Amino acid sequence: MNPALQGLITIVVGVGGCVAYFYFSNQFLDKVLFPSRGPNAGRNINRANAIRPWLFMFPAIFALGLYLAYPVFETLRLSVTDRSAGGAFIGGENYAQMFGESKFWEAVRNNVMWLLIVPAASTAFGLLAAQLTDRIKWGSLAKSLIFMPMAISFVGAAVIFKLIYDARPEDVAQIGVLNAIYLQLGGESPITWLTVPFWNNFFLMIVLIWIQTGFAMVILSAALRGIPEETVEAAIVDGANPFQIFFKIKIPQIAGTIVVVWTTITIVVLKIFDIVFAMTNGQWETQVLANYMYDKLFRANDWGVGSASAMIIMLMVTPILVWNVYNARKEMR
Amino acid sequence: MDNIAGTKSSLTWAVHISVAALVLLWIFPTLGLLVSSFRTTDQIRTSGWWAAMFPAVQNETLRAADPDEFRVDLGEGRFMVEGNLFVVDGQVESAEDVPAEISVWGTSSRDIDAYVPGETADLGDGETMTVQSNGDYVWEGNDDQLSGRGQRVFVTAESPPEFTFANYRNVLFDPGNREGMAKAFFNTLTVTIPATIIPILIAAFAAYALAWMEFPGRALLVAAVVALLVVPLQLALIPLLTLHNAVGIGKGYLGVWLAHTGFGLPLAIYLLRNYMVGLPREVIENARVDGATEFQIFTRIILPLSFPALASFAIFQFLWTWNDLLVAMVFLIDASGETTVMTRQIVELMGTRGGDWEILATSAFVSIAVPLVVFFTMQRYLVRGLLAGSVK
Repeated sequence: MNPALQGLITIVVGVGGCVAYFYFSNQFLDKVLFPSRGPNAGRNINRANAIRPWLFMFPAIFALGLYLAYPVFETLRLSVTDRSAGGAFIGGENYAQMFGESKFWEAVRNNVMWLLIVPAASTAFGLLAAQLTDRIKWGSLAKSLIFMPMAISFVGAAVIFKLIYDARPEDVAQIGVLNAIYLQLGGESPITWLTVPFWNNFFLMIVLIWIQTGFAMVILSAALRGIPEETVEAAIVDGANPFQIFFKIKIPQIAGTIVVVWTTITIVVLKIFDIVFAMTNGQWETQVLANYMYDKLFRANDWGVGSASAMIIMLMVTPILVWNVYNARKEMR
Repeated sequence: MDNIAGTKSSLTWAVHISVAALVLLWIFPTLGLLVSSFRTTDQIRTSGWWAAMFPAVQNETLRAADPDEFRVDLGEGRFMVEGNLFVVDGQVESAEDVPAEISVWGTSSRDIDAYVPGETADLGDGETMTVQSNGDYVWEGNDDQLSGRGQRVFVTAESPPEFTFANYRNVLFDPGNREGMAKAFFNTLTVTIPATIIPILIAAFAAYALAWMEFPGRALLVAAVVALLVVPLQLALIPLLTLHNAVGIGKGYLGVWLAHTGFGLPLAIYLLRNYMVGLPREVIENARVDGATEFQIFTRIILPLSFPALASFAIFQFLWTWNDLLVAMVFLIDASGETTVMTRQIVELMGTRGGDWEILATSAFVSIAVPLVVFFTMQRYLVRGLLAGSVK
């Protein structure tokens, strides 16, 4: 069947199915199961209203449970079993094997570097951009241009930056801007930037910083706008200079938002996969956990170690998960 | 406000300049890709894309045609050779095709900018040379002077920036190109649209229940949604692929639609619930008093009022599914490669056509063009969604 037709049918069936489900299940509840007529009308209405929320939520709960909650436990189970031995329980053997691999520790080291640098740099650039564009006329245009990389896929960004990092032989014109600048500044010969161990990680990180700065800027810009004017006015009256106003008056008031931006980018960084996969595929010591996991799952077909490394990613996300839930609950009260 | 006390900040200019620098730095990489996609293979190989913006200035040494062969007898012992320098040089077929424009020229290597086009150079003893800006020349002299080799002319020619759509024709509209993006573009579209629409409805109902219905365990469910918001989808790959294979979906569009729906739901529910909670309580309670059922309240009041939030999520989900690589690789693309999406195609091209930037740049730009259009037209909703969606 033509995929377009299949897609159209899926939309119709999916949307129509949802509408039909919600409509008819409500009808069934109100008209057949607990009719709001007859001798037990009052009791029936109460019962129907007690059931209705679950009717409304059932498809979502089902999908969430199946597609996100169940896999967490299934992955945990896979990580402590051996697939080749028919799924026998082998305890921590997969983990032990993984901990013995140098590629794994390389991935952990790189992930930690990503975690330290990317959220910090993105937030800092975002804050800078938000503050600078705050009061100028063409600020919204500038913001939307800095924000634009958000719409670009990681793969697209990988191509964009590969062109920047491109290296040609010494005797021909350089078409990668980084090498062109490097040679202009007196560099001896062009460098293939992505193959220089250790430093190439930073060249990959720049791609994500480029993408995430816009996000940080948008959120922080809104936070800066939300600062009560009186606090800034008072500081000006007291003779504070613009830098003092920024660092001593504004930053403390948006500290909460900065934390939010930081953690949100941290989550993105923890799952980073496409950029590394497309640009170096983990070669030249640029491996990260998500790509290591993909390697294990789909290239080496080693589900045990692959699941174990997925659990490591989960473990690293957990503190943020707990923190978010804690905050959300605090806010609801 | 920085100039509130009547003292205009001396930093204003510094601010304008730094913003301009920042913006340039941020659009420079994308611009490089865009410009490269409009250049020919030769241009990309021989100069950086930043050079494409400016007219190329070249100094060339050209020669008039061989007088012994081409001279025309004017009578009275005078002869003439006429033609086009670029044609004689073999660069172009005819004078109409000349791409460059001569700005200055000369007949001596020590004085290459002696004349402007249209001027006549006196070469002594009645020998003259006239060169037009397109390279047409007239060379006159006596029998002696117009013999041997053709007169040398040193020209400084400027060719305007040249751009081509050939790359796009090749990548998008050439049916014979097996690496073309047309099919992948179509596949991506097929993945994206259902995967954007289906979660919205499911999430909207759930979000309404979580926002406006009283029932035990509501707070717990909201907390669960917040928790699932950050669960890495990497964990879901193997368990769900196994499940899809077990129930017979296998790898294919249905699987990828379901997967995107599942992965998109937490954000959808979270965004929509946050928005719906903020709707005015009176409207909903009045409707309840008037005897509207919950279903009616939802479809007649909540859904229309929530349009901005629905739009925000739709944009997020669209961008995410369009740009996705991992989910498509795991749940969609099988060994036949018939269902490959653009991101996957580009990664493959990076491997096989790593140095052919005209193909890579064009393919990549085809894939990022649609999100960019969506981004610039719907930015308002995107920003609103981001502000509502980041956990406070």
